[in-house]
Amino acid sequence: MPDAKTKIAFELNGEAVEVAFAPHKTLLEVLREDLALTGTKHGCELGECGTCTVLLDAKPVLSCLVLGLACAGHRVKTVEGMAAGGTLHPLQEAFAELGAAQCGYCTPAFLLAAEALLADHPRPTRDEIKLALSGNLCRCTGYIKIYEAVELAAARMRGEDAKLAPETLYGLR
Amino acid sequence: MASGKKRTGGRADRRTEKTMSPSGHPPVRPTAGAGLRVVGRALRKLDATAKVTGATKFADDLFLPRMLYARLLRSPHPHARIVRIDTAKAAALSGVKAVLTGKDLPIPFGILPVSQDEHALAPDKVRFVGDPVAAVAAVSEEVATAALDLIDVTYEPLRPIVDALDAVVHPEPRIHEYGDDGNLHKLINLEFGDVEAGFAQADLVREDLLFFEGNTHLPMEQHAAVADWSPLPDGKITLWSSTQTPHYVHRALAKVLELPAAKIRVIATPNGGAFGGKSDPFGHEIAVAKLAMVTGRPVKITLTREEVFYCHRGRHPTLMWVRTGVKKDGAITAMHFKSLLDGGGYGSYGVASTYYTGALQTVTYHVPRYKFQGARAFTNKPPCGPKRGHGTPQPRFALEVHIDKLAEQLAMDPAELRLRHLVPPNSLTANWLRIGSMGLGRCIRKVVEGSGWKQKVGKLPYGKGVGLACSSYITGAGLAIYWNPMPHSGVQLKCDRGGGVTVFCGSTEIGQGSDSILAVLVAEVLGLDPFDIAVVTGDTDLTPVDLGSYSSRVTLMTGNAAIQAAERAREVIARHAARKLEIPMEGVAFAEGRVFDVADPGRGLTFADAVQLAEAAEGTIGTVGSYTPPASPGKYRGAGVGPSPAYSYSACVAEVDVDPASGIVRVPRVWIAHDVGRSINAATVMGQIEGSVYMGLGEALMEEMTYRGNRNVVHKIPSLLEYKSPTTLEMCDIATYVIEDPDPNGPFGAKECGQGPLLPVPPAVANAVYQAVGVRIDEVPITPEKVLKALRRKAKGEEGRYGPTAFPDIAWPEPTRVPPPWEGGDGTAVGGGKRRKEAVATPRP
Repeated sequence: MPDAKTKIAFELNGEAVEVAFAPHKTLLEVLREDLALTGTKHGCELGECGTCTVLLDAKPVLSCLVLGLACAGHRVKTVEGMAAGGTLHPLQEAFAELGAAQCGYCTPAFLLAAEALLADHPRPTRDEIKLALSGNLCRCTGYIKIYEAVELAAARMRGEDAKLAPETLYGLR
Repeated sequence: MASGKKRTGGRADRRTEKTMSPSGHPPVRPTAGAGLRVVGRALRKLDATAKVTGATKFADDLFLPRMLYARLLRSPHPHARIVRIDTAKAAALSGVKAVLTGKDLPIPFGILPVSQDEHALAPDKVRFVGDPVAAVAAVSEEVATAALDLIDVTYEPLRPIVDALDAVVHPEPRIHEYGDDGNLHKLINLEFGDVEAGFAQADLVREDLLFFEGNTHLPMEQHAAVADWSPLPDGKITLWSSTQTPHYVHRALAKVLELPAAKIRVIATPNGGAFGGKSDPFGHEIAVAKLAMVTGRPVKITLTREEVFYCHRGRHPTLMWVRTGVKKDGAITAMHFKSLLDGGGYGSYGVASTYYTGALQTVTYHVPRYKFQGARAFTNKPPCGPKRGHGTPQPRFALEVHIDKLAEQLAMDPAELRLRHLVPPNSLTANWLRIGSMGLGRCIRKVVEGSGWKQKVGKLPYGKGVGLACSSYITGAGLAIYWNPMPHSGVQLKCDRGGGVTVFCGSTEIGQGSDSILAVLVAEVLGLDPFDIAVVTGDTDLTPVDLGSYSSRVTLMTGNAAIQAAERAREVIARHAARKLEIPMEGVAFAEGRVFDVADPGRGLTFADAVQLAEAAEGTIGTVGSYTPPASPGKYRGAGVGPSPAYSYSACVAEVDVDPASGIVRVPRVWIAHDVGRSINAATVMGQIEGSVYMGLGEALMEEMTYRGNRNVVHKIPSLLEYKSPTTLEMCDIATYVIEDPDPNGPFGAKECGQGPLLPVPPAVANAVYQAVGVRIDEVPITPEKVLKALRRKAKGEEGRYGPTAFPDIAWPEPTRVPPPWEGGDGTAVGGGKRRKEAVATPRP
């Protein structure tokens, strides 16, 4: 028999929500199955790949390892909460521009992990970016365009008129 | 480092560029070829916004009303007969709506016509740990999973065949009741000229043995599928699936479900990574469709990560032996290559994979006489198939390491040796492959110059090294998987009265950007903005057939079809615009959303007005385009694998740091040059090249599908944690050189870039390790243990090498003897190897 549902209240993407779900469910399952927010993906559901990363109280967590119940009263942010007022977040803009999202499956997780990084480190070094994203696997890009997109977005968020090196998009000739 | 030609078109932001251009059209790419306005620019992909907002619906993101969830029961035995299956308890569990076993889906299927050896659910025998035997549909995944535990299966275990060498020695018990010899699924023996005579002419003859361990695609998205059945009189099944090949899934469903093809609709959802791993029709796709038919409700299945390892179809573990004769200047006089592939439990693409381990050795450096013997074994492991590079990264690894050793023995710079003996453009190879454009020389020069090769090679301190390797890959296969005289790619194009255009094509977006390619090419021909083109792809009800996203065929084949459809639309529109403008049709130009007089560009119409004019005169404006590759010159049995409309070329230099104490190899930087013919979308070209280097690095250093050595043949590491793949911390820096040597067969000259750049990375790393610490690791992945073993052997005065030591004796069939073009043949065999009627991917008269 399915477990009786438990109802919790928390803040999701800046809005108060209430949701009822079987108490064994993970945050990943609650987001996708009970709140229809399928932007959060899964690659293993064992905490190995980072694909299900969301922000819990502004810190990146693996939503497959967090019980939904543990989020009562907390703040959760998913990829659906990144674009504001119909405008892409600078990270989303840069990822789109540079092709840092190829298949796009790991992208929501990378975006949120990067957002958390930039909140603490508005001017991250390449090594800081690598470290912050080292728990997220991407099989398409080789990570290069992801680093460059984070750097581009960071510069724009600092208000700089960032210029991309031509070889970023066209290669060396 | 040389930065090459300066570009100013580094911005990819459509909106920014729109504001930069008062006409609303993106500015011309600085170095675009004659008159190209859109082709070659770095554009964001059509689906970029959906991808970064999480709006893209992958298969598991689909939730239909009343949907059920399916799970598969999988075999715990590598090789066993199924004596009995009792599903009564599972069927009786509350919430279970249907249970299927092999008897419910008795018709076999398989991707190749010669390997129809799979069942959706094994009916009488299991062939690897993870082979599906039963399927359950229930109201939730939890209930379906609980039901699996209630299915009682009695197995009679059989002796498993654990690897290819075991299969050679043990023809019994046979894993399949078909195949060339015992447990050897396929045996190939091809000889192009007298190799023994070639070896006799050589100044140096060298033999090497190498091994390439199997590895897997590891897409971040697990396979998923949703089926929906519309009851009679519709009697129609719709399947959404994360597949690269909706057309082949369509065919397999029709066969196994015994439904007319018109009663099946397959929709390829955007693939969350595929890399070849979603190219076969799969049992879970068929099972979920059958469950939908049986229950009358939508049914979804999403594989767990562990199950994705059992689906596999990845790189074949391949043992290789190569013998090459060379003159003092490095000119090859003859080459003999043998490969033994560990195929796993089913055929999959394996016959083609086996041919591919011998097909492309001839397309980089001139090989006047060539002999290839290839064997594929059935073993009791998840089936191998096509992974990025399909059958060619293994022999390329062997060949490029072998050539590095030859260069050392000849005291030649390995870059120089390669440069001296390149296959000329517009030529035929010994095995009758037709080479068109050939930019490998330019690629080698770029990476040699960029990496500072001449200053580094042989001159770095102990522990540091550089290595060089090259490669080539097909831009689509010359022949379809099932023989037919129809096009490989079809496009329909609709012009809207509002000035928009919709392109319909069966191609499948797997993240590589194939949807954008269609938009860019149509925009180029019709003078539009690519973001005004709507693209509908991968839906067997809506789109004309494209064979699928595999073998790097999509840009060239769908691109040529799209160009043809767009040119036909342009002709219709131009006819009426010319009349209106009172000029000859040849004087009508299309650019910036306008149709105008090329002699007086101010005189013209908007594209929308021109479409309306044409529609008023001729009715709805819709055109079609299609593409069929050129006929291959080779006519012998086996000539079907290897021909391509165009070959891409890559050269790579890898720099390594090897810690002799731990054996750990780090790759700080890779220089890669890739001859793409012409960039259609510069941004996606970069992404494909960088992604290929990444995957090649993983295969070089850490990725491996390995099984426990006992008789259980259980996968050691079916998880994302234990299957090691490069994270940001292992990934190297990349200097990417994009070489454009346009090929007349490609759309605007374009060739592939999604697979070829993977190939040179493993051998470049292996060659660099030798430079660094003086030991040869003739096997990938190059793990610390192997490096340490080789270093210890060297320290003991033994050969400083880790790698295989023997190639087994195999009873090869009589060789198919085909004189190479320069010996006056016509591409047909002169003896042995009779053509078989059922042979797949072989040419027909």
